[in-house]
Amino acid sequence: MTVTEHVSLVPYEDALATYDPVMGLEVHVELGTRTKMFCGCSTELGADPNSQTCPTCLGMPGALPVVNAIGVESAVKIGLALNCEIAEWCRFARKNYFYPDMPKNFQTSQYDEPIAFNGYLDVQLDDGEIFRVEIERAHMEEDTGKSLHVGGATGRIQGASHSLLDYNRAGIPLIEIVTKPIEGAGARAPEVAKAYVAELRELIKALDVSEARMEQGQMRCDVNLSLRPHGRTKFGTRSETKNVNSLRSVERAARYEIQRHAAVLNSGGTIIQETRHFHEEDGSTTSGRVKEEAEDYRYFPEPDLVPIAPARAWVEELRGGLPELPRLRRKRLREEWGVSEHDMQSMLNAGAVDLITATIEAGAPADQARKWWMGELARSANETSTDLAALPITPAQVARVAELVTAGDLNDKLARQVLEGVLAGEGDPDTVVEKRGLKVVSDEGALGTAVDEAIAANPAIADKIRAGKVAAAGALVGAVMKATRGQADAARVRDLILERLGAQG
Amino acid sequence: MPGITREEVAHLARLARLELKSEELDHFAGQLDDIIGAVARVAEVADQDVPPTSHPLPLTNVMRADEVRPSLTPEQALSGAPAQEQQRFKVPQILGED
Repeated sequence: MTVTEHVSLVPYEDALATYDPVMGLEVHVELGTRTKMFCGCSTELGADPNSQTCPTCLGMPGALPVVNAIGVESAVKIGLALNCEIAEWCRFARKNYFYPDMPKNFQTSQYDEPIAFNGYLDVQLDDGEIFRVEIERAHMEEDTGKSLHVGGATGRIQGASHSLLDYNRAGIPLIEIVTKPIEGAGARAPEVAKAYVAELRELIKALDVSEARMEQGQMRCDVNLSLRPHGRTKFGTRSETKNVNSLRSVERAARYEIQRHAAVLNSGGTIIQETRHFHEEDGSTTSGRVKEEAEDYRYFPEPDLVPIAPARAWVEELRGGLPELPRLRRKRLREEWGVSEHDMQSMLNAGAVDLITATIEAGAPADQARKWWMGELARSANETSTDLAALPITPAQVARVAELVTAGDLNDKLARQVLEGVLAGEGDPDTVVEKRGLKVVSDEGALGTAVDEAIAANPAIADKIRAGKVAAAGALVGAVMKATRGQADAARVRDLILERLGAQG
Repeated sequence: MPGITREEVAHLARLARLELKSEELDHFAGQLDDIIGAVARVAEVADQDVPPTSHPLPLTNVMRADEVRPSLTPEQALSGAPAQEQQRFKVPQILGED
């Protein structure tokens, strides 16, 4: 059963002419710890269902949780990088709800005592403008199990006869980062949302606390949005669009909700506070469940865990070890690589900055590293809807291709084929070159034969060139390139033709 | 002491996806009232000088190293499940999100 809603949307500009959007963004980051937040079960992805569980994460009576030290350390690092205050003392809390994705019947989270609070993150918009997003809090919690709904038409919960639960993910450490209401962005609200999530993702990766791969659900975003008429200070009722899992979707979801809210409000309707589902196919959202009130979760301090009191000296030690902020690092790289703000922004949006840096470190010239990642490889990632980082090719392999190009062993066309071969799992660049026979033909003998044959086959063109019409050489170069299946160095071929016909290039 | 109302019981029942009959609402309201009343007696002995606490021991920062410990096998994990399918816990239709 597909849920469709018949909503008319107000044109975006019209919506903004009447209303100011106010956004709140909640981002969940799955930490890259080896073990779960409260037990020693592995967090390795892709394991057999229910093979990474124990009495604690299965919620067995009597099983007691113990906090993962790296989970706390990661939370403090994230808090510090977001310019937050770090709590001197805080507790975990039980968030009670009835849903089988947590076998305990509650999620261990933090409620009114988050480990980090009151911070900000400066994000850069496409035109270089800096927008400050205020952070309300960052708190520690745990992920839920994975449900598989059976019997419905499309694996959805609607119409399902029953559900199947895999608790491998239940208990994996999560950090939830919540912004304060983002006001004053106006028509740029969707862009701010995207830029914020992009910047946060870079920050998380720089801190080395998670790979933050959105396509794998390691980073998920909820977009809360409301509208209020210009001039009002009171917020409107918000909708919460859940699990928006790519940068582009974050932007589209915010845009769609602005247009939908405006349509409802313009027609005299009221916005219901509810969760909504985002649909990747058409960028729309549909109604989920009516949101439970915080008091419905009956939060109370987790009695099985003792409070966390991060020592000040330790916090300062962590602060001292923070990496260069991604935004400042990009500024430095932009200067080193000599690229425009716009190009840098494209590289960031494509998730290519780290890959390009690593490729340069592996020995590639900056322009080539950029060219391959943002050209051939970005295209391939787009076609297969994966992140660049998830492509089956390493920066070292790209650097090797660049090296072969620099050495004159490959031209650009051949280099593209080598990359294609590596992506297709044919092996390292050298193996692909070998298997596909992709070397530039630099053997003067073989090249000379091909040139002679091309001249013999096209006497009329050869005569023109002899008569001084050098431009006609292009046709012969084409013939030679065709004969060598594109594996010759075109400039060298041209020189050989002119040389043989006694013309001056 | 505040009494638990029928409406509060109905609200809790909805959160718990339980269907209660009208007479059950009154029945449970009374029972819950008794339980809360019993717990509330603690407040009578806790004076201003006794801070609220969530843990009986004055400890902080009890943590473990991030080292993998053996998990249960899927067979062990599922051994207590009333029903299973595809090596997963099988649960009845999930209500309340439609």
